[in-house]
Amino acid sequence: MASSTDTVELLSSLALFADLSRPQLEVVAHSFEEEFFPEGQRVLRQGIAGSNFYVIVDGEASVRIDGVDRVTLARGDFFGEISVLLNEPPNADIVALRPLRCIALPGTALVDFLVDHPRVMYRMLQTEALRLRATALWQM
Amino acid sequence: MAETEKPFPPGTYPVVVVGSGPGGLQTSYCLKRVGVKHAVISADDAPGGMFLRFPIFQRLISWTKLHAPVDRGARDYERYDWNSLIGDSPKLGGLVADQMEGKIYFPSRAEMQAGLAAFATKARIRVRWNCEWQSTRHEDGCFVVSTSDGEFKCKVLIVATGMTEPWKPQIPGLEAAPHYAETRFPKEYSGKSVFIVGKRNSAFELADGILAYAKQMFLASPRPPSISLMSFHVASARARYLQVYEDYVLGGGSVILDAAIQRVERHANGYTVHAAGTTKPGDLRFDVDEVIAATGFTTPLGDLRELGVATFNQDRLPAMTNYWESASVPGIYFAGSVSQGAVGLKKHGIPGVSGAVQGMRYNAKVLAEFVAQKHFGIVPSKPRVQVGDLGRFILGEATHSPVLWVQKSYLARSVTFDGNGVIDDGIVPLAEFVDAAGSDALAVVVETGPTGDIYPVVYVRTRGGVQEHVFPSNYLHDFEGPEHAAQLESILKIVQQAR
Repeated sequence: MASSTDTVELLSSLALFADLSRPQLEVVAHSFEEEFFPEGQRVLRQGIAGSNFYVIVDGEASVRIDGVDRVTLARGDFFGEISVLLNEPPNADIVALRPLRCIALPGTALVDFLVDHPRVMYRMLQTEALRLRATALWQM
Repeated sequence: MAETEKPFPPGTYPVVVVGSGPGGLQTSYCLKRVGVKHAVISADDAPGGMFLRFPIFQRLISWTKLHAPVDRGARDYERYDWNSLIGDSPKLGGLVADQMEGKIYFPSRAEMQAGLAAFATKARIRVRWNCEWQSTRHEDGCFVVSTSDGEFKCKVLIVATGMTEPWKPQIPGLEAAPHYAETRFPKEYSGKSVFIVGKRNSAFELADGILAYAKQMFLASPRPPSISLMSFHVASARARYLQVYEDYVLGGGSVILDAAIQRVERHANGYTVHAAGTTKPGDLRFDVDEVIAATGFTTPLGDLRELGVATFNQDRLPAMTNYWESASVPGIYFAGSVSQGAVGLKKHGIPGVSGAVQGMRYNAKVLAEFVAQKHFGIVPSKPRVQVGDLGRFILGEATHSPVLWVQKSYLARSVTFDGNGVIDDGIVPLAEFVDAAGSDALAVVVETGPTGDIYPVVYVRTRGGVQEHVFPSNYLHDFEGPEHAAQLESILKIVQQAR
C-alpha cells in the first residue's frame, strides 16, 4: 500500500496506530498491504500454518472454532498475532461475514515491527489484556 | 499480424477478452483449448501489451535460461523460462528463448515482444486490433462492451488490460515531477542529481540505468527496502538492480533513505524535496536537478467501477474471488497481471507471482477451465492415476512441476479419491482447495518457508476437514527420495483408513 493522505488518515483512525506520528503512519502504510476478502472467504485457517497479521479496516469477520462462531470482529480489530507470536497454526478460522478489507503484515515481519513501534505493541498488549479479562469473567 | 479482414466483428459472443498482452494472449489460447468461443479485442495494433513499451530501459527483470538442464519446449523447461507463454505442444514452448542469443540471462524488451508475437502466430490467436474499449453496461444478463468498432455483447467479460496506468500517491507537488513511464534516455541525466521517489523494483531499475550517468542518486520511501534475497519473493527489489544499493552501502555516493516525502517544490532549475526521516527521524531537504516518481501503476478499469466492480489497494486492483472473478459483479473476470488481486494464502507473507508472466500464464489456464465449466457446462475429462503410482506422481510433481515451483503455495496439484480410485484434478488455486467443501482429496504445493527453505506441503481433505502436512526440504530440491516417499506413504495410509 503506497502512501496517500487518505491512507494515513485511515490508519490514524485505528486504535492500534493512534499513537503514531505522521511519518510513522507512512511507514505503516508502506509496510502493510491491503487485502480484500469476499463474503464467506477464510482469512485465517484453523490448523494451517504460515499465516499473517491483519487489522480490519472495513467489514466484519467471525472467529470460528471447530465450525462454531464465537466472536465477531469489526473495524479496528486485529487478529493473527497469537499464531505468529507463538509460532503455531491458528486455533480458529477467521471468516469474512461480509466483504472484508484488512491491512496485512507478513507474520515473519511482525516481531520486528512491534519492536520498532513500541506504542503499537503497548496498544496491542492493552487489547490482549481486555480479551483476557473478558475470557476470565466468562469462565467465572 | 496483419489480416486483410478484421476478425471478430461487433456482435454477440459467449466471452469477450479485452487485451493483447501476455494475459490476453494466454487466456485466448486456453479458452480455445477448452472449447470456449470468444472474441479478443485490443486497442493496440500488435501483440505484447506493456512489453510494446516497458521496461523503460528495455531489458526484463525475469529470466529465460537458454542453457537449462531440460530441453526447450518440454513442460519442465518453463521453470527456467519465466517469460514465454505456455502451450500444450512443444512447438509453443520457449518462444521467448528462441528470440535470444543466450549471452544475457534476461531477454530484451524487443526479444520479449517478438516471443509473444511468435506465440500469437504459432497458436493462431486472432485479435481485433485497434479496437478500443470505451464503455460497458449490463443488459439482459449480459455485458455490452462498446468499442471504437461497435458493440460486443457477451455472457462473460475477461479483462486483461494489465496494471499499466501510471500512478502517483497524493504528495503535494509530486504531480509536477515525471513518472517512471516518462523517464528519458539515461544519457540525458548526465551530470545531474536525481531524486527517485520509491524503493521498489521500478525505482531500482531506474537507479541502475541512470547510475553511470547521474552526478548523484537519491532514493527515498518511508520503509527500508525489501530485497528479494531476504523476503524470498519477486515483489521485492530484485538482485538484478541492486548495484545502486551496494553503491550506497559501500559509500559510493548514492543515498538511499527511509523517509516520508512531505512535498516537492519545482523551480526553474530543478526541485526541492522536503521529507521526514522515519527509521532515523529528522527533517530532510534535498535540492536536486531531477525528480522521478517510481511509484507504480494502477489498473485501467474503464467504467467498471460504475458497473459495481469493487476495488481495493487504494483503488488500484479489482476485488476478486479465488478464481479471479469480480467479487461484486459475477461474470467479469480478470486475467494477466491484474490477477494478482486474488492474493491466496500468502503463507509466511509470501504472495503468488500473478503480477508477472511466469505466474499469470498458469492462472489463465485455470481461469479458462473454470469459466468453461461454470458458464458453459464444459466439464473437462480428467485422467485417472493408478493408486500404486500416486506417491510417485505427487512427489514427482513437487520436484518437477513448473506450476508448483513458480506459483508457490498459490496453485496446487490436486487429486480426488472416489470409489474407483484416484482422479487427477489438475491445477487448482490452493485457497479454493483448502476452503471449498468437497470430496476426499489431496493437494500438493511447493512452499517457501519463513527462513527461505523450499519444501513440499501436502493438504489432505477428508470429511470436510483439511489437514496440512509439511515435508522436509532437500539440498538438491529433490523430493523423490525415500524420506519423502515414506512420509507420503504414511499420509496416504491415514487417508485410506479415514475413508
